[in-house]
Amino acid sequence: MKPAPFAYLRPTTLEEALTALAGEPGAKVLAGGQSLVPLLSMRLAAPSMLIDINALPDLGHVTCDEAGVRIGALARHAEVLASVEAAASQPLIARALSHVAHPTIRNRGTTVGSLVHADAAAEMPMVLRLLEGSVDVASVRGRRTIPAAELFAGPLESTLAHDEVAVEAFFPALPAGGGIGFEEIARRHGDYALVGVAAVVTIADGDVVGARVGFVSVSDVPVVVDVTDHLDDPAAAALAELDPAEDIHASADYRAHLVKVLTPRVLADAIHHARTRKQA
Amino acid sequence: MTTKLFGTKVARVEDQRFLRGQGRYVDDLLTDDPRLLHAAVLRSPHAHARITDIDVSDVLDVEGVLAVWTYDDLVDAMAEPLPLLIPHPTLTHGRTQYALAKDEVNYVGEAIAFVVAVDRYVAEDAVSRIRVDYDYLEPVVGIAAARAADRLVHDDVPGNIGARMEQETGDARAAIADAPHTLTLELDIERSACTPMEGRGTVARWDPDTSRLTVWSSTQTSTGVRGCVAAKLGLDLAKVDVITPDVGGGFGVKINHPWPEELLVPLAAMTLGRPVKFTEDRREHFISSAHERAQVHHVEVGFDDDGRLLGLNVEFWHDHGAYTPYGLIVPIITSTQLLGPYKPLNYRVVFESLYTNTVIVTPYRGAGRPQGCFVMERTMDAIAAYLGKDRTEVRGTNFIQPDEFPYEHGLVFQDGRELTYDSGDYPASLEKLKALVGWDEFEQFRAEMAAQGRRVGIGLACYVEGTGVGPYEGAHVHIETSGKVKVATGLTSQGQGHQTAFAQIVADTLGVRFEDVEITTGDTRKMPYAVGTFASRAAVMSGSAIHLASLRAREKALRIAAEALEASEEDLEINDGVVSVRGTDASIDLGTVAVLSNPLRYAFDEASKAATQFSVGDPGKPPVAEDDEPGLEGKDFYSPERSTFANGMHAVIVETDPDTAEITILKYAVVHDCGHLINPMIVEGQIHGGVAQGVGGALYERMVYDEAGQLLNASFMDFLMPYVTEVPTTIDIDHLETPSPLNPLGIKGAGEAGVIPSAAVFAAAIEDAEGFPITAMPISPSELFALRLEHADHTTEAATITGI
Ligand SMILES: Cc1cc2nc3c(=O)[nH]c(=O)nc-3n(C[C@H](O)[C@H](O)[C@H](O)COP(=O)(O)OP(=O)(O)OC[C@H]3O[C@@H](n4cnc5c(N)ncnc54)[C@H](O)[C@@H]3O)c2cc1C
Repeated sequence: MKPAPFAYLRPTTLEEALTALAGEPGAKVLAGGQSLVPLLSMRLAAPSMLIDINALPDLGHVTCDEAGVRIGALARHAEVLASVEAAASQPLIARALSHVAHPTIRNRGTTVGSLVHADAAAEMPMVLRLLEGSVDVASVRGRRTIPAAELFAGPLESTLAHDEVAVEAFFPALPAGGGIGFEEIARRHGDYALVGVAAVVTIADGDVVGARVGFVSVSDVPVVVDVTDHLDDPAAAALAELDPAEDIHASADYRAHLVKVLTPRVLADAIHHARTRKQA
Repeated sequence: MTTKLFGTKVARVEDQRFLRGQGRYVDDLLTDDPRLLHAAVLRSPHAHARITDIDVSDVLDVEGVLAVWTYDDLVDAMAEPLPLLIPHPTLTHGRTQYALAKDEVNYVGEAIAFVVAVDRYVAEDAVSRIRVDYDYLEPVVGIAAARAADRLVHDDVPGNIGARMEQETGDARAAIADAPHTLTLELDIERSACTPMEGRGTVARWDPDTSRLTVWSSTQTSTGVRGCVAAKLGLDLAKVDVITPDVGGGFGVKINHPWPEELLVPLAAMTLGRPVKFTEDRREHFISSAHERAQVHHVEVGFDDDGRLLGLNVEFWHDHGAYTPYGLIVPIITSTQLLGPYKPLNYRVVFESLYTNTVIVTPYRGAGRPQGCFVMERTMDAIAAYLGKDRTEVRGTNFIQPDEFPYEHGLVFQDGRELTYDSGDYPASLEKLKALVGWDEFEQFRAEMAAQGRRVGIGLACYVEGTGVGPYEGAHVHIETSGKVKVATGLTSQGQGHQTAFAQIVADTLGVRFEDVEITTGDTRKMPYAVGTFASRAAVMSGSAIHLASLRAREKALRIAAEALEASEEDLEINDGVVSVRGTDASIDLGTVAVLSNPLRYAFDEASKAATQFSVGDPGKPPVAEDDEPGLEGKDFYSPERSTFANGMHAVIVETDPDTAEITILKYAVVHDCGHLINPMIVEGQIHGGVAQGVGGALYERMVYDEAGQLLNASFMDFLMPYVTEVPTTIDIDHLETPSPLNPLGIKGAGEAGVIPSAAVFAAAIEDAEGFPITAMPISPSELFALRLEHADHTTEAATITGI
């Protein structure tokens, strides 16, 4: 379990990193290493060069304003999870992050890295998609913002070009009248979910005027379903758009069943949250 | 003997070292030796194939590679198959692999080539450049395919049957035919594995000046490895030392030996004249060490109105993987130990041990007992359900009673000796368990939970475990002139707390301070005669040997002290390392006694002056008497007539989520009887670990092979070893101490106990919660969900399927 040979670069400026990345088609960015290093060790990936971004300045931030939460590429899951301001601005971030792996991995793994790793079994890509957030990326060609709806191309595949480094993610704040819910079933605490469900609802005058549900581990890319018009049977509406698959831990039927169990439960939690939440 | 420490919760002396990261495991050794080389192994990617060509020409170009071996490079004994360690008359078709595959491979992971390079990275780069041409053969995966025998694992083993063994007492089939009630059960247990934290590992160093080989291996038997290395490499035994440093868990997998690497590493070290290390990685451990547990059982039972077993007929099929280096130990244990604490009037058991194109099977903690316990306890529960009786009542009806010991079953056990239980008190154990878990109050609890929409179930399972199997262990006790006591026993330690428990025995037997005792295990330089650590035997075997050797040292100390103090031996006592004449202040340190025991020519310090020729002894006699030896030492061996049988009973209360089918443990209770407890804290620790491992085996862990023989979950991401969050937060333990009459300390083994009843007890509790039979383990929420659907469809049918 030792990686194949690779060159290693630890740039101290973003420009240096971007130039190196642009010049080396076989290069990969190394952030927290919690997904990439196991792939290297099992020789499932063999990049010619690792560009370690951990020495880059000014990327470790978790900042909040009225619009929402901005998370720098070097902010660790644990730091995001610990941010009281982030939890106040968008409580779904912390709710979901507490299900991401274990403390030791959260101490090292980055939230932005998790987004661009684009695992449909991972919590944060789905949360970004559900909240309609975005990721800012940089390359020698300039900067751009990728909306969440355009970030996920396929299993473990984001729409970042090879020469792009993700520098920041943006998660919109939960507006007044909004509520969230999250629940997942995993085989062991901290494992990737067999099924995870998150919901965001909007209440106006006591009525649910918006209800969207996002799913983990039941599709190839994070899927979000608008169930505003299906509040009587949101799971059926969701299952029409999901494709639960069988793996060694759960049958497709069981996954579909969990979607049925969790979807109404999480929606009800989100509605309850919206109704009981202290409005700013 | 003063029983000062025996039986008390002495804190483990090992723990400081282990918890501070100061343990020294094989991979930690020789790390600062710049000459150290590293090995990597090319393993078969196919479950079944003929090798038509191996091309290593690209490998030697890799910078940093020193050598590569394939089968063609092996000569003499190394070119012969690995030993079949435990032959048995019924193992008519035993097969073992070669150190490096010859002509064919029979499981994914089988070693094909061995590369030695300057570091493991380069060695792995080189491995990836070896080209092998294969002719693919269809693999045999799983018991059903092995039994069908449409394809054979080994061409010369018809039916894939390595062995067929039958034992019977009375006439079980006739008894079943005549019984008022009968039931038939089909019961399955899947493959799992030990998965110790530390995988296998071996380092070897050859000293050309002295022609000596030193091997460090992460093994459960250093003497076993030594014997194999010497025989395979053609060395005199006296030229080979095998040392077992700290071992990060064994659980059975490291009792098998020699692993190919345990021979190839020394071979490479001798050939290259440089030390060589092999450290198995996690994926390798999954695909090239050993698994266990997979068995399919067919049970027929006949019983009377009280549930008394009139006849029990068990047929089972054991999946032993591609080869049989460890013989039939696992299925023999199942076939004998499934009887547990019960006495069926007639019993027949027959098994077939089958080849499959999967990793080999060797004992895994519990070693066939978890399967046997599952079979017997599921049968007990089925009888209780059929008769509408309380499950504890049916068990009580069948218990061997306390006045029936020694109890002879009329069968032959795994050690070739008669299956005779030495002692136990099963009715008392059951009463304790019922109290501990709240058996009689459970229906009330069930009703309370049901009122909240929650579903709970309770289960229990009983087992008997033959522990402390022979042939022997030995010990050497040496009291130094400092008064410190150095003790060596040959079996190895894998974290069980031997240093502590053995030192407790020495301190008490000898009358020395616990802190002054140092125990060495698993070092053939210190104790070349030993068997190994398996079958819950260390405390019984080495514990007894250490006790006996301490008695000898004590005897000699008293003799010399009596002379020095001019007192009679009967008047002497030893406390805290000081021999004194009872009731007087005349005394002498054991250290001084040690000085006196060794007549010296040369004084090297103050103490030794007292022992020089001109200071001691009767000038008219030889300094060392004819029947005496210099030094204050004791050496002895313990070799019991047969195993001693510990027992225990577990109960669990589980909650099954009506919506998600998740299974949660609410309460876990253990009553355990391993005779006299040397250190209750260590025994409880063993139980905790066993229960945790059992939870893994029952609810999380399995080996998922696909039809091609690929292991799909060969990592800790997908092989779901439970985290601390998955095991019960508390385990209620109560002990019963029924001493064994077979050894001087009255002890029985405790190492494997915790894991034995897990599959049985969880199946029982889940069945109790759900109301339909659980006949296959492990079980996941996904599988429980599937069973619910199946039984929802057939509720009416299921209610009628009971008898045959
Ligand atoms: C035992 C274990 C359990 C886990 N459980 C979970 C879980 O339950 N849920 C979950 O969501 N995750 C889980 N993870 C994954 C963890 O969250 C990872 O940390 C995360 O997915 C990736 O973040 P990283 O910083 O470690 O990225 P890395 O491993 O460094 O990189 C991952 C990939 O993203 C790319 N990348 C990273 N950062 C950037 C960037 N700024 N710009 C461009 N490309 C970049 C890398 O090139 C690489 O391809 C688990 C990991 C482990 C080891």
